[in-house]
Amino acid sequence: MIGLYHRRAFVNVLAILLATASTLIGLGFLASILWITLARGLVAFGMPLITRITADGAQGGLANAIVGSLIIDCMAILIAAPLGVMAGTWLAEYASRSRLGALIRFMNDILLSAPSIVLGLFIYMVVVLPMSAWSNGAVSFSALAGALALALIALPVIVRTTDEMLRLLPSTLREAALSLGVPQWKLTTQVLLRAAGSGILTGVLLALARLAGETAPLLFTAFGNNFMAHGPLDKMASLPATIYQYTNDPDPAMHAIAWAGALMITLFVLALGMLARWFLSRGHLRHE
Amino acid sequence: MPAPAPRRADLDARRDRWFAHSLKAAALLVLAVLLGAALSTLWGGREVLIGHGLDFLASSQWNPVAGRYGALAPVFGTVVTSFVAILLAVPLAFGIALFLTEIAPPWLRRPVSAAIELLAAIPSIIYGMWGLFVFVPFMAEHIEPMLDASLGQLPVIGALFSGPPLGLGVLTAGIVLAVMIVPFIAAVMREVFLAVPTRLKESARALGATPWEVVWHIVLPATRSAVVGGIFLGLGRALGETMAVTFVLGNAYDIHASLLMPGTSISSSIANEFNEAVGNHRSALLALGFLLFVVTFFVLLIARLMLRRLARREGAT
Amino acid sequence: MNELAATQHTAASLAPHNHIEVRGLDFHYHQQRALNNITLDIPARNVTAIIGPSGCGKSTLLRVFNRIYAMHPGLRASGEVLLDGENILDPRYSLNRLRSKVGMVFQKPVPFPMTIFENIAWGIRHHERPGRAELASRVEQALRDAALWDEVKDKLGGSALGLSGGQQQRLCIARCIALRPQVLLLDEPTSALDPIATGRIEQLIDELKRSYTIVIVTHNMQQAARISDRTAFMYMGELIEMDATEKIFTAPARKQTEDYITGRFG
Repeated sequence: MIGLYHRRAFVNVLAILLATASTLIGLGFLASILWITLARGLVAFGMPLITRITADGAQGGLANAIVGSLIIDCMAILIAAPLGVMAGTWLAEYASRSRLGALIRFMNDILLSAPSIVLGLFIYMVVVLPMSAWSNGAVSFSALAGALALALIALPVIVRTTDEMLRLLPSTLREAALSLGVPQWKLTTQVLLRAAGSGILTGVLLALARLAGETAPLLFTAFGNNFMAHGPLDKMASLPATIYQYTNDPDPAMHAIAWAGALMITLFVLALGMLARWFLSRGHLRHE
Repeated sequence: MPAPAPRRADLDARRDRWFAHSLKAAALLVLAVLLGAALSTLWGGREVLIGHGLDFLASSQWNPVAGRYGALAPVFGTVVTSFVAILLAVPLAFGIALFLTEIAPPWLRRPVSAAIELLAAIPSIIYGMWGLFVFVPFMAEHIEPMLDASLGQLPVIGALFSGPPLGLGVLTAGIVLAVMIVPFIAAVMREVFLAVPTRLKESARALGATPWEVVWHIVLPATRSAVVGGIFLGLGRALGETMAVTFVLGNAYDIHASLLMPGTSISSSIANEFNEAVGNHRSALLALGFLLFVVTFFVLLIARLMLRRLARREGAT
Repeated sequence: MNELAATQHTAASLAPHNHIEVRGLDFHYHQQRALNNITLDIPARNVTAIIGPSGCGKSTLLRVFNRIYAMHPGLRASGEVLLDGENILDPRYSLNRLRSKVGMVFQKPVPFPMTIFENIAWGIRHHERPGRAELASRVEQALRDAALWDEVKDKLGGSALGLSGGQQQRLCIARCIALRPQVLLLDEPTSALDPIATGRIEQLIDELKRSYTIVIVTHNMQQAARISDRTAFMYMGELIEMDATEKIFTAPARKQTEDYITGRFG
């Protein structure tokens, strides 16, 4: 009996040790990735990084890539946010019990983790190729195509948070508005979306954080550009695509610039994550 | 008699209908995107899919110069790297979930789970760079010579671990992928472990079970389908991931028994070659994209079905 | 339209009459019957209380009076509910019209996520197009009628979510009466409030009954006894008895009623 007891206690201690070790391994990887990004990224940080463009190569900076990323990401969010909020609202307010609603909610969860590179190919096929054909090759890869590809990545994130946040609202809020004789669309746009506003904003911020680092879908949509571009129909550089290109370069000076870009993206993503958390906690406080 | 002015109620009803229709159209967009991604890559890959037929799947020859396109090498690379990733990530994620739900003191749980979530927020291209510049040299100098000298000398599994310590290769890519998907699997496991009713755990403890026995005999069986769902979710991510693997895989259209040798994957082939590809080469890459999309779709479908079953059972009690 | 409503209002107030008449009302919740052949009258400018144990159908009955149940699929009512002689269950009876005549206040206060002023102005603007000055005076009047004006007059632009629970509930009442309804439905309006806030709401109900027909569902029998003129006792989806409140609480005709009010079950 004592032998059995000792064995069971030993297995238990072993499990605790292994679980703790797993956690330490995970945290170790996190620390290593963050530390390396910070240490190597800071080396190339400086004024030229944000004033000079990628055409200057190793002596240059990332100015056009930073501007390009900002333009493409903003366009992507401007496309995805209204559509995502609308779709999420339909799921929560009009289709919470319908079969089609259940199907779309389910498929949205799949889209959430679908391979982003294929979404890039999709936009290449349905936007880049047709635009090139219509314009006789004058317009092919474009910032707009890049933004559309990223919008497809942001869309399911926004749909899901909108749906979830609206379903958290008490049904009496809907009843109270309807009992004033107000129609559904007014109730939805002026009461429900406002009440769920901070939660939905959190979803939009998280979507932005998610697409800020996306690289694969941009390669065949926005392509890249060594010069400053502003037009939505221009080929446009972006931070992730430039980092990808520089990492593949044999020159260590290019690697240093790539790390600086990586640090910028990481800081941006972390800042968005914290902002999102802050919004969410503020929203919760207000509803209590 | 003049037509009566539209009454308030009619106007409201018309606006309501219009409003509902436009919301519904936006929701249908989700289906359209999934369908469109599948159909557009299928259409783009039709020349090679029809021209090569089954040979596309069965041949390991990928030669744009000769116009031969066989998907076996990238498919093999995708499957093996994902398999290695799952093999490593599942025990790690289980350990982390166990630590976060049963072992860690309450004050530690929040910061540690936030840190693990952070691992999921880091963009995959950063994983790729870190893999190439930090992890590849580390593997080449320390891990791979050691594996080759120890496991590589064993009779059967030796073939898996023998080879030159290049650093680049299938094993390295699998490990980087594992680190990437750990937070996803751990998050699902943690969530479902927490959903197991406390009274169940407490009554087992009252019978003298150790915390480990509670998890192994009570918690895990109760949450099995969701845990499998979480693993499939991680698998779906691993299959479709591009940037974390493309730098460290070596990009060679070879099929080797050894995990230390370089290979390629569907997504890294597309990322590396698509912009230079024309004609049938481009078609072959689109066909690869179609293949990847369909496979990940079904993996994720299984994942969501398993996860949903748990959600429904929770709702029933 | 508004003039018409106003004349109906005065006509309705001339003589005490039955404002709402329920005739053979059945209510089904999917396959389940929740109300069984209810027939009762609710007199104008009175407070009518509906009491009964949980699940007896008292809230369901209240929710038929403004057809708010219609927002949920699978619920249906049959029979007749006459408001000023017109059957509101008739699909041709516009919800817009019904809900501007019959206001409802819920168990938990649900202010809208807007300013205090907007909370009240929002509903008015939907039904009418008042000028700025008129709107302001309508809002003020509603807040005065709900005994809230003095507490909020300096912070009308502030968020309604910052008010206390009792103030929020009075804001919800103000929001209803701003539409100048004829009937006020109160669904356990004080169950989420402390005794002091409850006292203020009860006092308010007593004042409001001079201009409105009030139907209140309550769990609290003392409350029903304190504020209502007539009381209906319901049990398992049926109306057991309805009479003057004094009579119900002192000499009920039915044994079930007596058992309930003396606390022998429920």
